[in-house]
Amino acid sequence: MSELLKVSEVGKNFGGVRAVHAVSFHIDEGEIFGLIGPNGAGKTTLFNLINGVIRPDAGRIVFRGQDITGLPPYRVVRLGLARTHQIVKPLNDMTVLDNVTVGACFGAANLALKAARPAAREVLKLVNLDNRADQLAGELNIAGKKRLEIARAVAARPALLLLDETLAGLNPTEVTHMIAVVRRLRDEYGIAILMIEHLMQVIMDLSDRILVLNFGEMLAEGPPAEIANNTAVIEAYLGDPDLAHKILGTA
Amino acid sequence: MYKRPFFWIVLAVIAAFVLVPGISGDVGLRESLLLGAVYIVLASNLNLMIGYTGYVNFGNIAFFGLGGYIGMYLVTALHWSVWLASAVAGASVSLFALLLGLGILRLRGAYFALATIGINEAVKAAVSNFSPFGGASGMYLSFSSFAPLGGPRHALWIIYFAIVVLMGASLLLSLAIKNSKFGLGLFAIREDEDAAIVLGVRAPWYKSAIFALSAFLPAMVGTLYFFKNGVILPEQAFDLTLSIEAIVMLMLGGQGTIFGAAFGAFVYEQFRGFLLVSPLFSQFQLVVAGILLLAIVLFLPGGFMGWVYRKLPRLRKVLE
Amino acid sequence: MYDLVASLASGVLVGAIYGLAAIGLSLIFGVMKVINLTHGAMIALGMFALYFFVSVLGFNPYVSLLPIVAGGFVVGVMVYWIAVNRVIGSSDLMSLLATFAMNMIIIGVGTALWTTSPYNVDFSLPGISWHGYTIPGTQIVAAALAIVIAGLLYVFLYHTRTGKAVRAVASNRQAAELMGIPTRRILAIAFGLGIAVAGAAGALIATLFPFTILSGGSYELKSFVVTVLGGLGNPAGALAGGILLGLIEGGVAPFVDVSWTPVIEFSLFVLILIAFPAGLFRIGKNH
Repeated sequence: MSELLKVSEVGKNFGGVRAVHAVSFHIDEGEIFGLIGPNGAGKTTLFNLINGVIRPDAGRIVFRGQDITGLPPYRVVRLGLARTHQIVKPLNDMTVLDNVTVGACFGAANLALKAARPAAREVLKLVNLDNRADQLAGELNIAGKKRLEIARAVAARPALLLLDETLAGLNPTEVTHMIAVVRRLRDEYGIAILMIEHLMQVIMDLSDRILVLNFGEMLAEGPPAEIANNTAVIEAYLGDPDLAHKILGTA
Repeated sequence: MYKRPFFWIVLAVIAAFVLVPGISGDVGLRESLLLGAVYIVLASNLNLMIGYTGYVNFGNIAFFGLGGYIGMYLVTALHWSVWLASAVAGASVSLFALLLGLGILRLRGAYFALATIGINEAVKAAVSNFSPFGGASGMYLSFSSFAPLGGPRHALWIIYFAIVVLMGASLLLSLAIKNSKFGLGLFAIREDEDAAIVLGVRAPWYKSAIFALSAFLPAMVGTLYFFKNGVILPEQAFDLTLSIEAIVMLMLGGQGTIFGAAFGAFVYEQFRGFLLVSPLFSQFQLVVAGILLLAIVLFLPGGFMGWVYRKLPRLRKVLE
Repeated sequence: MYDLVASLASGVLVGAIYGLAAIGLSLIFGVMKVINLTHGAMIALGMFALYFFVSVLGFNPYVSLLPIVAGGFVVGVMVYWIAVNRVIGSSDLMSLLATFAMNMIIIGVGTALWTTSPYNVDFSLPGISWHGYTIPGTQIVAAALAIVIAGLLYVFLYHTRTGKAVRAVASNRQAAELMGIPTRRILAIAFGLGIAVAGAAGALIATLFPFTILSGGSYELKSFVVTVLGGLGNPAGALAGGILLGLIEGGVAPFVDVSWTPVIEFSLFVLILIAFPAGLFRIGKNH
């Protein structure tokens, strides 16, 4: 498999606080890559650094062989790297369909308006929002807004999709549905996925590999089984190895 | 575009603006409609910024005034034809807006609104001191300037028709942008600029482009309007009150809707005309307009068309 | 040389009053993120209130400040409940328009009452003469009072319960609400204070220069410049910004025609907005 994204020694400080420090990893095509860590570990900051919302102080980010360090987000997504937000950002006064059309028009797909609408409808079917297409995005409930967030990013036809806590705030049925969607994105659409998630069971299940961040630094990286048994991870993550094993289901 | 009903409505409105005073020869009606047409141009181009992109341009009148000044200078000092002067004024004010936009459109929300007020005042003050533009005493047209248009009487009609054409152009421009990929990008910026950027909308360029575009027709109309008046003064050309009245018109009709911008401008002009001549209200024209504005903001923030479209959502699809 | 020094001195004094006016604008913006477009109208009302107390009732101008400040507060609270309360938290456009609508109403009524012809409060104090230049006593007293009023406002905001509540609401309205602060009432008080300060500034200006009902407009624009110099929403910076603007006006006055001053002011205004959106003086804690 060929390398899609390579992050090397990336760092960012906020007024003396080391939010992210010397983080390196790579993601292969078609891979699902999990990013975990306690609150405030710098996970979302790392996303922001990768897609260009903020500029790193140090390090290099290469996507599909091209250096994208410090490129603005609108150029990054055009190259095929889309993302969702932990706090969803629907375009409230526009219809659900128009929200997704924006993704199809301005992402890597770069479609003309006429071609973008049918493409957007396709994506809405994938996330089960097609019956809401003409509703205003602001009227959706939280689960609907989360799906919309994914649909917009997928409509861009990315090679790599960053998912920031897509499952947070969903009920069990919705979680199951969302997991199926993520699997399909990889299996049918061939989209590689980098996801931040707090539901351990899910991330262990889905991911091919996992990176653990703690206080902005890398704690460990490897396949789920390895991570689940890594004592340093367990202690940093939960402080209590017994509890951790219980939650991770590895005891 | 010609498949849309709105296109034909615009043509019908233009025809009415041309035919009704044209056939009756009523000069008073023509003057009233001319003012209405100028306001429609101002409000619908302002709508491109406020309604489409979500940036409140308080100094929008600067485009109109600057266009008037550049055009009048070209006509009086360089003896250009008024048509060429108007086109060149439009193009140069657009260019000015493009460059300006690259700077001030980095500001968001209230900061942008403040900057636009500052720019209008700075331009007004600079023009008042600029001797080629006549400084504080402005520029006057000599009678002979109307000669190429067949004398003053004839010229006033021709200028009126030209302004009506530019009014139609403004409405069609709004419609074309609304139904384009460019327009979709602008709406995304209006709703959430950060989200739009992450989705791939090249916001800095889009904002500057629409800022420049929204300057073009008001500047052209500025030349024609002040040419018609025969005089241009800094106080009229950069009247901040008119700038804010344009926002009132837009709010009255409904920001973001093309129909609303036009309707609000036209109704406001008629309403103001009525207040000015009414013996009861002539002294309180400003007060009544203020109460009207306050009532819209507090109780009907979507404006008239916003309210109509909410009641009849299908009408929005048909019209815009 | 002497003319430059005299001009700068006069600039600083007038600048202190610009600063006071801008504090009113800045306080309101800092607390509720509303750009108060009634500001100029309120300055003008302050001017006419002074005229009423001094020229009609025969009060001392400085004593008149007390009822003017109190009246300004009441008017401000009323305007808040009529026009501002409903648009708090909606888009910038709505609050701009709501306050502008109030501005139209006030200016409209004022024009009907007083027309747009100039008024003048006949009052003078012995000034200080220096190398043939005289700085009027009214300018010195007005500047001193401007600083005193600004100081009182500072004491109020930092050393009283209500003042602390105002600052709490400014820094985080939701949190303040959760802590049991009646935020809407605090916003009304802050708005009232902002208007009271604007009215006081108008009254002080009226002791110096002739005025019309429309004069407030140009001081409103100056207040914008000053708040941007000082940092929007930063009252302490506003006073410094006012004095800086006064110095700029005084500094250029001997060299260029007075009609160029607004060109310089507004160009500076736009440039500073673009370069330092947070303002030049970031000493306040309200932002």
